[in-house]
Amino acid sequence: MKLLVPVKRVVDYNVKVRVKSDGTGVETANVKMSMNPFDEIAVEEAVRLKEKGVVSEIIAVSAGPTAAQEQIRTALAMGADRGILVEHDGVLEPIAVAKILKALADKEQPQLIILGKQAIDDDMSATGQMLAALLGWGQGTFASKVEIADGFATVTREVDGGLETVKLALPAIVTTDLRLNEPRYASLPNIMKARKKPIETVKPADLGVDVTPRLTVLKVEEPAKRSAGVKVGSVAELVDKLRNEAKVI
Amino acid sequence: MAILILADHDGAAVTQPTRSTVAAGAKLGEVHLLLVGEGAATAAASASQIPSVAKVLVAEDASLAKRLAEPTAALLVSLAGGYSHLLAPASAAGKNVMPRVAALLDVQPISDVAGVIDADTFVRPIYAGNALATVKSSDPKKVATVRAASFDPVPATGGSAPVETIAAAADPALSSFLGAEVQKSERPELTAARIVISGGRAMGSAENFAIIEKVADKLGAAVGASRAAVDAGYAPNDHQVGQTGKIVAPELYIAVGISGAIQHLAGMKDSKVIVAINKDEEAPIFQVADYGLVGDLFKLIPELETELDKK
Ligand SMILES: Cc1cc2nc3c(=O)[nH]c(=O)nc-3n(C[C@H](O)[C@H](O)[C@H](O)COP(=O)(O)OP(=O)(O)OC[C@H]3O[C@@H](n4cnc5c(N)ncnc54)[C@H](O)[C@@H]3O)c2cc1C
Ligand SMILES: Nc1ncnc2c1ncn2[C@@H]1O[C@H](COP(=O)(O)O)[C@@H](O)[C@H]1O
Repeated sequence: MKLLVPVKRVVDYNVKVRVKSDGTGVETANVKMSMNPFDEIAVEEAVRLKEKGVVSEIIAVSAGPTAAQEQIRTALAMGADRGILVEHDGVLEPIAVAKILKALADKEQPQLIILGKQAIDDDMSATGQMLAALLGWGQGTFASKVEIADGFATVTREVDGGLETVKLALPAIVTTDLRLNEPRYASLPNIMKARKKPIETVKPADLGVDVTPRLTVLKVEEPAKRSAGVKVGSVAELVDKLRNEAKVI
Repeated sequence: MAILILADHDGAAVTQPTRSTVAAGAKLGEVHLLLVGEGAATAAASASQIPSVAKVLVAEDASLAKRLAEPTAALLVSLAGGYSHLLAPASAAGKNVMPRVAALLDVQPISDVAGVIDADTFVRPIYAGNALATVKSSDPKKVATVRAASFDPVPATGGSAPVETIAAAADPALSSFLGAEVQKSERPELTAARIVISGGRAMGSAENFAIIEKVADKLGAAVGASRAAVDAGYAPNDHQVGQTGKIVAPELYIAVGISGAIQHLAGMKDSKVIVAINKDEEAPIFQVADYGLVGDLFKLIPELETELDKK
């Protein structure tokens, strides 16, 4: 069976982003960009399923600028077979991405799509659930374990209060939580091999998708800054301050 | 048009984050609460006493028992016609269902609302809370999840809203529930606690977490953890505080052996008072701490426990 794995190009998780002084957004020029960490986990899971013989072909998809090819190449170096870049400059909201992925799923007919639970730039945590709705498929979000057998996916989910296990008829959507696996680093030979793997480029319009944003960003601000307080010398002093100064205990 | 809120409940009452969501919803209009799943009717009787709720809807159909995303979303969509806004707390349950509802209504959801400006305009954190975006939605209906830490919960009692039992929508039957491993704890829930004490990688083992739990019990606090502590198996997954875990804003947050990565800060930096205990005086957590204590936690935490007993 085919597996689709969407990967988003985002500001690297180690970068402390700065809000632009004109309040229109955050500074992304000359900032290190990477694959969304949850998507690395998704690619890793896909590759493990292929290694187990469950999956026959992995297609990595990214929607974004031309440079998002880099993230597709990373997925190919980790073990994906081919890539699709849906080229678009400018904002792509989850609803647009979900529609793009729906169009690609209609064409490619994958049995499983594994997304990240959340993109660490917009922090929406929405695309996977939306794609599941558009395709009319079941969803196993925030997965910490995935098993595929006999036309079903059994997904253990991280929920409030602990863990929950659901069984989904394939085709289905899974979104990854942090503890699903530890993504591999691509080896040099695999990076070299990935250069030869094909990446097809399409535009949202070729897929019949209108990507006009629904949300207008009126402004982007820095949150209130916290300043460092005082260092206390002992536990007794700490407790005294909490009781008599902060009055929180 | 009224505001529909999908409640989280434990079969006895709705959660505190749900009452925070009601506070956000009340800024927009008349609030109706929807409770689904096992125990919904019992919890609805309690929810009907929330003063700012005008009506409580209950659906206990078997297909909704475990609050699976697909039938729950189908129910919300069937009710959507009568509402301008569909809201839920930004809990694991709310985040699972609401984007599905939004897609079925052809709406871009607004996740993690931290401020309500007007019916179309909301503030939400992006980039792990390093920026706050004010966004205006052009969708005819709004679908959103609400960050509980940003809204004071409305009281639990004082009102008397009517309770109406409703039927489920047709079950799409796409998934089934196999089981759950639920952590039962006598301690307050992380997102509702007045005091939270969290441990990091420095705790070293699940057994060592006990010293934090003892202090938590003295303070009536909830226990949290960094991702590193959860990944290492020292604490359960739902204890994770941070960008991709729980967002908390208690009166007092005590970070023990936690370095203060931006992803962790994203989950706790709106706490009223922050205490950091760390042996590295350069640890970034001290930059946001009101009170910092430098030293070995294995010496300081037992000391803290003893000190709390003194009056
Ligand atoms: C996509 C993504 C999402 C993430 N989401 C989250 C999230 O939601 N929440 C989260 O917490 N992290 C998250 N992280 C991880 C985050 O980047 C950090 O790795 C993590 O928070 C570090 O945990 P820590 O502070 O416990 O460990 P460390 O960074 O290893 O810090 C341990 C600290 O303990 C101190 N210490 C050691 N021994 C002692 C002692 N005996 N006494 C006192 N102090 C001691 C050290 O000085 C150090 O400061 C995420 C990362 C990624 C990539
Ligand atoms: N532009 C994009 N291209 C490819 N995948 C995406 C894109 N945006 C979101 N995704 C996928 O959807 C997941 C959740 O993103 P979000 O809903 O924005 O938090 C990500 O982890 C990706 O797997």
